[in-house]
Amino acid sequence: MLEIKGLTADIGDKTILHGIDLVVPNGEVHAVMGPNGSGKSTLAYVLAGREDYAVTGGTATFDGQDLLTMDPEARAAMGIFLAFQYPVELPGVNNANFLRTALNAQRRLRGEDELDAIKFLKLARAEMKNLAMPDDMLKRNVNVGFSGGEKKRNEVLQMAVLRPKLAILDETDSGLDIDALKIVAEGVNALRGPGFSALVITHYQRLLDHIVPDRVHVLAGGRILRSGGPELALELEANGYAGVVAEAA
Amino acid sequence: MSASVASSRAPATGGFLARFEGFRAQLPGDPDRRAQAADLFRANGLPGGLPGRRAEAWKYTSLRPVAEASFREPLTAIADCAGLLARLPNVGLPRLVFVDGRYRGDLSADGFPAGVSISTFARSPDFGALARPERENMVALNTMLAEDGVRISVADGVDGGTLMLVNLATEQSGRATAFHPRHSIRLASGARLSILEVSLGDGVYLHNPVTELVVAAGAHLSHVRLQDEARTAFHLSTLYADIAEGATYDSFALNLGARLARTEIHARLGGTGATVHLNGAQLLTGSQHADITTVVRHDAPGCASRQTIKNVLSGRSRGVFQGKIEVDRIAQKTDGYQMNQALLLSPDAEIDCKPELEIFADDVKCSHGATVGELDRDQLFYLRARGVPLAQARALLVRAFLTEALDAVTDETIRDALEAAVSRWWESEPL
Ligand SMILES: Nc1ncnc2c1ncn2[C@@H]1O[C@H](COP(=O)(O)OP(=O)(O)OP(=O)(O)O)[C@@H](O)[C@H]1O
Ligand SMILES: [Mg+2]
Repeated sequence: MLEIKGLTADIGDKTILHGIDLVVPNGEVHAVMGPNGSGKSTLAYVLAGREDYAVTGGTATFDGQDLLTMDPEARAAMGIFLAFQYPVELPGVNNANFLRTALNAQRRLRGEDELDAIKFLKLARAEMKNLAMPDDMLKRNVNVGFSGGEKKRNEVLQMAVLRPKLAILDETDSGLDIDALKIVAEGVNALRGPGFSALVITHYQRLLDHIVPDRVHVLAGGRILRSGGPELALELEANGYAGVVAEAA
Repeated sequence: MSASVASSRAPATGGFLARFEGFRAQLPGDPDRRAQAADLFRANGLPGGLPGRRAEAWKYTSLRPVAEASFREPLTAIADCAGLLARLPNVGLPRLVFVDGRYRGDLSADGFPAGVSISTFARSPDFGALARPERENMVALNTMLAEDGVRISVADGVDGGTLMLVNLATEQSGRATAFHPRHSIRLASGARLSILEVSLGDGVYLHNPVTELVVAAGAHLSHVRLQDEARTAFHLSTLYADIAEGATYDSFALNLGARLARTEIHARLGGTGATVHLNGAQLLTGSQHADITTVVRHDAPGCASRQTIKNVLSGRSRGVFQGKIEVDRIAQKTDGYQMNQALLLSPDAEIDCKPELEIFADDVKCSHGATVGELDRDQLFYLRARGVPLAQARALLVRAFLTEALDAVTDETIRDALEAAVSRWWESEPL
């Protein structure tokens, strides 16, 4: 279970998160929506351990463990996965090597055996097939020259291979075509179960038609202003954020 | 007291002249050429931070430690060199082996394809026509003291295949040694040859080779150099390449070793449509200093020169890249490109970069660029967020940077050999 209490964070001398309270029980998928610049990606980065942000108050735990004192790699090894809003290009690192390095690094940190090249390739190819990705993507350098949609699909491939306990998907739907959106949604739904939870950051109801969330939260101005069921997303789609923001003010 | 005044005025010659005087009668080849070289060396001395001409070419690299050391001639090596040979890339190529600057037939292969002739400088001493001892002081030193070297020629239209040229230096019980090989490689029209040259050794030594390359019309020479000298050694190499019409000289230098290294290349594109690639990478740590200096002369129209140099610098190491492109008045449609990239892994590492363009033709495309940076924070975080520990993430990104450089080496066997050398470097120097 992800439990965030009173979380505040700065970048430089600017406060971005003004006290976030959020609980995602195991097995649930929660959506986070909110205006541009409201702090959604900041929240995602802080949970994943990006050092550019200074956490100034509050707590964040996963399955009872304090996340905020852990290195990003340790958080990943305990099962937290962030699908980046803007996936990073790694020239000179091929996708297969990257994925296997990541998977084996996590397994090592968890005290598990490493996967050999053959077992790994079998796993990666199977997941790529599910995501309708061509095999040659494994040979290409990570995200280099990938189209916007291909980058997002590559994030989902990583998620599928790494099998996290908590996935934070930061606008993974933006840039995807209609078919890809369905494929990606199926990829997420396939992981759903008691040992998996997700925080799905999105601007569009479209995605939530396919990944139906247990809860929807509105993040604006660095705070969660409202939470509700899936119907809240429909209301936002119809009326925008003005109402929610005014109501909270 | 008067001695110290005198030494601050006279060029530093590091005791090499005394060696020449004592040894000149035994040295092979034209004695006049040697005597001229000795006069030049006496007048100009060792370059770099010391009295001597052409100080500008040695602005960033000082040979003071060379001047201060005292080098002796290598003793004739009787060792079987098994340890050194075991450190060579395992590429299964026919090899020509020099130990402490002298050819060792017993360690070398024979049976090269018809049309490839192999000899040595000791057997047929010929100083060639490209080297300029009057301008390059280290070349004057080499010309004065050269004893041996390889001579390879490939006949008209012959594909000479791939061979390995090996320069080994043996540890000589506390003696610092110096050797000055004189290599010559000639490809006749339409010939092809690929060379993997490896330099490695133990102990304190100065390896000061001069290489002359003549690539005749339509010929293709690929030359990959792996400089993996002892960390206590000096490697100061000067290479001249003359590239004729439609010919290609494709070179790559990987510098891993030596306390102080200089890879100096003078390439002249002398015929229409000639091509030269002077690519390289330097991986330095501790207080290593490595300098790549190139002068590319476009003397004919429609020639292309390409240089991409990548530096990975940690500790207090220092990398230097000086690249000069000269374009003659008649060299229209010249295409010149030069890029120097450096990854600084420590705040005390340093890169000096000096591009120079001297263009006298009006229809040319010449560009140069440089980037200096640390590892990319976004990339590091991306890897860590996927579970890759910081040290491993750093290593992976540095390897990626180098991999991109090594991609310039198209022969897979040779590229693998370079990759393996980088890996070995890595195991001994975790960053
Ligand atoms: N390095 C930085 N320096 C200053 N401000 C920053 C920096 N990084 C982010 N911010 C600011 O923090 C705020 C929150 O950004 P964040 O990326 O979390 O928004 P978001 O909710 O994800 O927006 P979007 O929907 O557009 O993705 C923005 O106002 C942004 O400009
Ligand atoms: Mg965002």
